[in-house]
Amino acid sequence: MSDATYAGRTVAVDPEGFFVDPEQWTDEMAPEIAAEVGIGELTDRHWQVIKFMRHEYEQRGAGPTVRVLGRTSGVSIKELYELFPKGPAKLAARIAGIPKPRGCI
Amino acid sequence: MTRRVLILGGGTGGTLVANRLRRMFTPEQLDVVVVDLDDRHIYQPGLLFVPFGRARPSDLVRSRTRQLRPGVDFRRAEIDQVDLEGDLVALRDGSTLGYDALVVATGASLMPEETEGLTGPGWGAKAHTFYSLEGAASLGVALSRFERGRLVVNVVDMPIKCPVAPLEFAFLADWFLTRKGIRHLVDITFVTSLDGAFTKEVCNRELSSLLEAKRIEVVTEFNTGQVDSAGGRLVSYDGREVGFDLAVVVPLHGGASYVNRSPGLGDDLGFVPTDESTLQSKASPNIFVVGDATDLMASKAGSVAHFEGEILVHNLARFLDGQPPDASFDGHTNCFIESGFGKALLIDFNYQVDPVTGRFPAQWGLPLLKESRLNHLGKLAFESIYWNLLLPGRDIPTVPTAMPLTGKHLVAVTG
Ligand SMILES: Cc1cc2nc3c(=O)[nH]c(=O)nc-3n(C[C@H](O)[C@H](O)[C@H](O)COP(=O)(O)OP(=O)(O)OC[C@H]3O[C@@H](n4cnc5c(N)ncnc54)[C@H](O)[C@@H]3O)c2cc1C
Repeated sequence: MSDATYAGRTVAVDPEGFFVDPEQWTDEMAPEIAAEVGIGELTDRHWQVIKFMRHEYEQRGAGPTVRVLGRTSGVSIKELYELFPKGPAKLAARIAGIPKPRGCI
Repeated sequence: MTRRVLILGGGTGGTLVANRLRRMFTPEQLDVVVVDLDDRHIYQPGLLFVPFGRARPSDLVRSRTRQLRPGVDFRRAEIDQVDLEGDLVALRDGSTLGYDALVVATGASLMPEETEGLTGPGWGAKAHTFYSLEGAASLGVALSRFERGRLVVNVVDMPIKCPVAPLEFAFLADWFLTRKGIRHLVDITFVTSLDGAFTKEVCNRELSSLLEAKRIEVVTEFNTGQVDSAGGRLVSYDGREVGFDLAVVVPLHGGASYVNRSPGLGDDLGFVPTDESTLQSKASPNIFVVGDATDLMASKAGSVAHFEGEILVHNLARFLDGQPPDASFDGHTNCFIESGFGKALLIDFNYQVDPVTGRFPAQWGLPLLKESRLNHLGKLAFESIYWNLLLPGRDIPTVPTAMPLTGKHLVAVTG
């Protein structure tokens, strides 16, 4: 576990940079985390996904997988990959300040 | 008054729960009814061996009803919907069945239609699956004709049944092609949506070095959007491509389709949100869930259904008696991983403890996370254990329901 500073505040993150305590996250932190993972500007579409991730986490205690995102967030899997290249579920979870989506076993 | 437990699905979990209940209660006390589509029970772990000519499809199939104890009622029908408010199940033939307690045991279904190129004409040209009986048989034909080029094993996305089976397929392909004397003419590539060969850390390390030793290349974080069977390429959502001459694809899985037609029962993928400890559905205390149909963080494996069976039946009996559940499932999973050349590995873990090295079930037992001949014999013995102990709902001697810690080399989990 280590610390990171976003929007002038110190937060606890895991070794991969995911928030340990989602309560510490605020909207203003998102653009800074996004920049860190190589996403330049957060558009309305990005925000739709980020808000959805937060909502799902609050409802179920875990972030959704790409497949569930594609079915339920109103953004298709194809577009999710355009918005969050490489790994939409992971990147969006990191920017939304929720823990890394648990892999299935 | 005779009460009724209605069991949806007569596969691994449904059968073993029905048999345990039938032994526990007299027919005067309890009606036990099982509903399934057909009378063909498939030994699914055997599907892995079919493409290599090591199992014949017809040998994997037995009558479902013959696996059920006398006094278990079998209804052959397609389930259409569950009415959670009315405690009623509607069947496709128009009839309905009421219940005092319901057991959802309808497993996971393959959903090839969700990936472009996995259905329709052309699928089957160069791409196959071994996750169905027909698929495994036709893959066998394709593999016997395969002489050179790139063989790709692809898991489209999790969750899938028996998450180690695709790795086992890659290991067995290496063995099969070596024995045919053509391994040097073939590249084997394992393509996965995960960020490693396997999700669990110690296990991932061992399996990765095994893959490397067998010269099996691994492509990670590949989210397959399209399988172009005729053109011989996998295309990911982010535009990467992996070419192939023969592809073995494990399609997406979801719950049985009636689950999403039953308001309140399932999640977005059709799996049933389940209390990880009591095995009750989160939607209702008189609904229990076993096997692949759950949304639990345990593997979708026959061994898991077996361990769950004992807990579920205990808690269900308490429910019928008006008592709160007091048995708790620990997530125990036990899987052999066939690695070719007459060897296999064994992993044993639960919700809390990841797969580690050591021995199972104690010091004198089978080596964990290590290739051995003994584990291969264990894997082969599982078939007879499945039909003769697991399905009848018996305990397996020396294999406890709660995961044993003795014999395990526990590592401190960091993070
Ligand atoms: C290739 C492969 C290899 C495997 N290897 C292993 C292994 O080595 N070890 C291991 O432990 N496990 C292994 N498994 C996993 C194991 O087979 C499953 O986890 C186990 O069978 C799950 O049992 P279940 O009762 O949940 O589902 P199933 O046994 O699949 O039963 C579900 C039943 O529900 C019925 N059903 C579904 N929908 C309806 C409906 N609408 N109406 C009526 N009936 C319906 C189906 O017909 C089916 O009979 C493997 C699986 C595969 C595919």
